Order: sequence, then C-alpha cells, then structure tokens
Amino acid sequence: MLMHRRDFLKLIGIGGAVFVLGPQPLAGAEKKDGGDGDFFFVQLSDTHWGFNDQKINPDFGGTLKKAIASVNGLESKPDFVFFTGDLTHTTDDPTERRKRMSEVRNIISELKVKDIRFMPGEHDAGLDKGEAFQEYFGKTHYSFDHKGVHFIVIDNVSDPTSSIGEGQLQWLGDTLKPLDKESRIVIFTHRPLFDLYPQWDWWTRDGAKAIELLLPYKHVTVFYGHIHQENHHMTGQIPHHAAKGLMFPLPAPGSLPKRVPIPWDPAEPYKGLGYRAIETKYVKAEYLLTEYLIKKG
Amino acid sequence: MKTSWRRSALLGLVVMIFSVSLAASTFAEDQAVQVIKVTAKKFEYSPSLIRIKKGIPVILEFSSLDRVHGFNCPDLGVRSDIYPDKISRVRVLVDKVGTYEFHCDIFCGDGHEGMTGTIVVE
Repeated sequence: MLMHRRDFLKLIGIGGAVFVLGPQPLAGAEKKDGGDGDFFFVQLSDTHWGFNDQKINPDFGGTLKKAIASVNGLESKPDFVFFTGDLTHTTDDPTERRKRMSEVRNIISELKVKDIRFMPGEHDAGLDKGEAFQEYFGKTHYSFDHKGVHFIVIDNVSDPTSSIGEGQLQWLGDTLKPLDKESRIVIFTHRPLFDLYPQWDWWTRDGAKAIELLLPYKHVTVFYGHIHQENHHMTGQIPHHAAKGLMFPLPAPGSLPKRVPIPWDPAEPYKGLGYRAIETKYVKAEYLLTEYLIKKG
Repeated sequence: MKTSWRRSALLGLVVMIFSVSLAASTFAEDQAVQVIKVTAKKFEYSPSLIRIKKGIPVILEFSSLDRVHGFNCPDLGVRSDIYPDKISRVRVLVDKVGTYEFHCDIFCGDGHEGMTGTIVVE
C-alpha cells in the first residue's frame, strides 16, 4: 500500500513537511478572506495518467487512487489540494489526450476535499498550448487568496519552449504590485523557475525574470513538480521545494548520464513516490527593546 | 538643412558598406568552415553523435523532418530552434576537449525527454 497514515507521518517526519512561515497577517487581511490562523494544504504532482510501462510502475492504474485514499484518510482535512501539473502523460492524439484528462478528473473527484486546484505540466499542455487542459481544469495561470496568504500560479509549460512569456510576466508584476512587501506569497509552478539542471531541461528559460519580480517580497515560497523527487533550493531568501511524483521517480539532477525513470524495485514498491503536506504558520511579532535613561543635564 | 541631409546620406552609405563587407567576410570565413548537417525528427537527431576538433570552428546546419524541435547544449552555450521549413545554423568553436550532451528543449511529445545527443570534442 502506498502512503498509509503511518507512511504519511513518516514522510512528514523525515523532511516531506514544508512550513510556510511569515508574519501575522496585516490588519484586515484575515477578515477579508475569512482566515483566522494556521492551516495546511496538500500538494500532489506528476500523476502522469496514461503512462503504462509495467517495468517502471506495475501499479500505474492504482497509484493515484492509493494517494487519494491516503489524503482522504488524513486525520485533519486539508483546506485545499493543489496539483502541480503533468496530470496526464502526453499523447499526440488530441482525442486520447482529452480521454486521459476526463479519466484523471474522475479519479480526482474521489477526494473528500471541496477545494481542488490545478495547473498544467508540459505533458498536459505542451503540444496544444493548454487548450485541452483549459477545457477540463480551467485557467493555466491565476491567483487566489486563502487565510491571508496570496497564492500565485505561474504557467511555464503551455509555451513549449518552457517559457513564461512577456505577457504573463507582466501579469505577474501587476499581481504583485499591490501587495505589501511583508505579504506571505506562495507560488505554484510546474518547472523549476531557477536553473536546477539545464542539461536535463530542468529550468525555465525566462524564470530569472519571475524570480527578479519576486525578490523584493520577504516571504515568498515556491512549490513545483516536474522533477519527480524532493528537492530544496534557495534563490536569495526564496525557498523552492520540488515534490515527489505519483507515477515514477527520476534520478537526482546530473547523477546519471541520462534522465530516465527509475525502474520499479519489487523489494521497495512505491519507493520515491508520494505527496506533500504544507502547513502554514504565523510567526508572532518579535520586539527589540532598547531602554534609554534620562541623564542629568 | 542640405548639409545635414548630405551627412546622413554619407553616414548611411558608410554603414551600408561596413555591413556588406562584414557580411562578406563572415560569408568568406564560413565558406572555409566545415558544415555538419543535423536533422531532427521525433525523437532523435541524425547524427546524434557529433565529433569536432578542439579549436577548429564548425557550423551546425539544422533542419527538421517533422515539426519544430530545439537543440540545446548548455555546457557549450549553443542553442538553436530547428524548423521543418527552413535551415538554421550555429557556429561552434570549442577550446576544451570533452564530451558535451545536447537535448531538444522544445516539448515535442512522448519521447521528448529521450531526444538527446552528444558532441565529442577531440
């Protein structure tokens, strides 16, 4: 079984848990969107529905269902679940692409969480500029607020050159502009925004421009998928966290000559597959005290 | 006014002559450079192993047999789009012996991740 409750606890105990830290929300922010404190959400990624290589994952039809059962079995319900792309495995056939999207959407509908959000990976959107994805899952880039946290979804896959594009960068700048520099901001993206390993195409061609827009903000955290493994990296004060996939793991950046899926290990089934819970914590204000004495004359 | 017009015309002529001579010299130089033709199609390059000599420039001349692909060799800073309807070229000059991997960086379908090749500098 993948991801029993015990396994989930093990995952979060060993390093799968990520905390989004930031200051208390500004006055009014929590009332505005109904937020009143800490919460957690779940990130699932790279489900690659339609992939069917038995040697890589003999349970290709059941892994996602087990992950969903695991999320449904959590003692506390997440506020929302976010899928960071590659919901489907790519196909040249537009009809088959839509069939896969329909099937994976039906499976995901088994989640006992009302708020489920999506973004595409290049396998979903790279061949038709996101046309089929939008029919089944909605916009490819957007923003939303939740309990004082600003979430921004950046699409770096619908352009097959792995670019965000000037238009979307302009939108990102406009979205960030009204936010206070102390705001808590979470970015969802599929590819790494930074140059993780360009030799394996693990980068975003114009990702540096997005990071430049984000750097003035003090509490930004990026969650992404694409590389099918956990990875943590800092650009300035911005942490970037890659999530495991739910179909096949990939080798560590540059660790092998080729970027090929790691074959299934019968001795350790589901090794390298999983999902992530993200808990947000408000950090109480700290006060620096300096005492001044009144001196005579 | 008349003087200004003459100055502009003269400047334009100088720029044009300079551009033509620059293009001519690049063309003449390129005539002597070895051209290696590389074709791309889902999901392979031909050849996928490119051998060049250290310190000797070559021109990689790309064309695609099906759709748009990419050629990216990050370690050499060499990249190009590869089109089905036109030729694209990049000049490559490497001063260090070694093996350098390249890959398609324009998503082209199932098998895209395996569309790779190697430049060997001897």
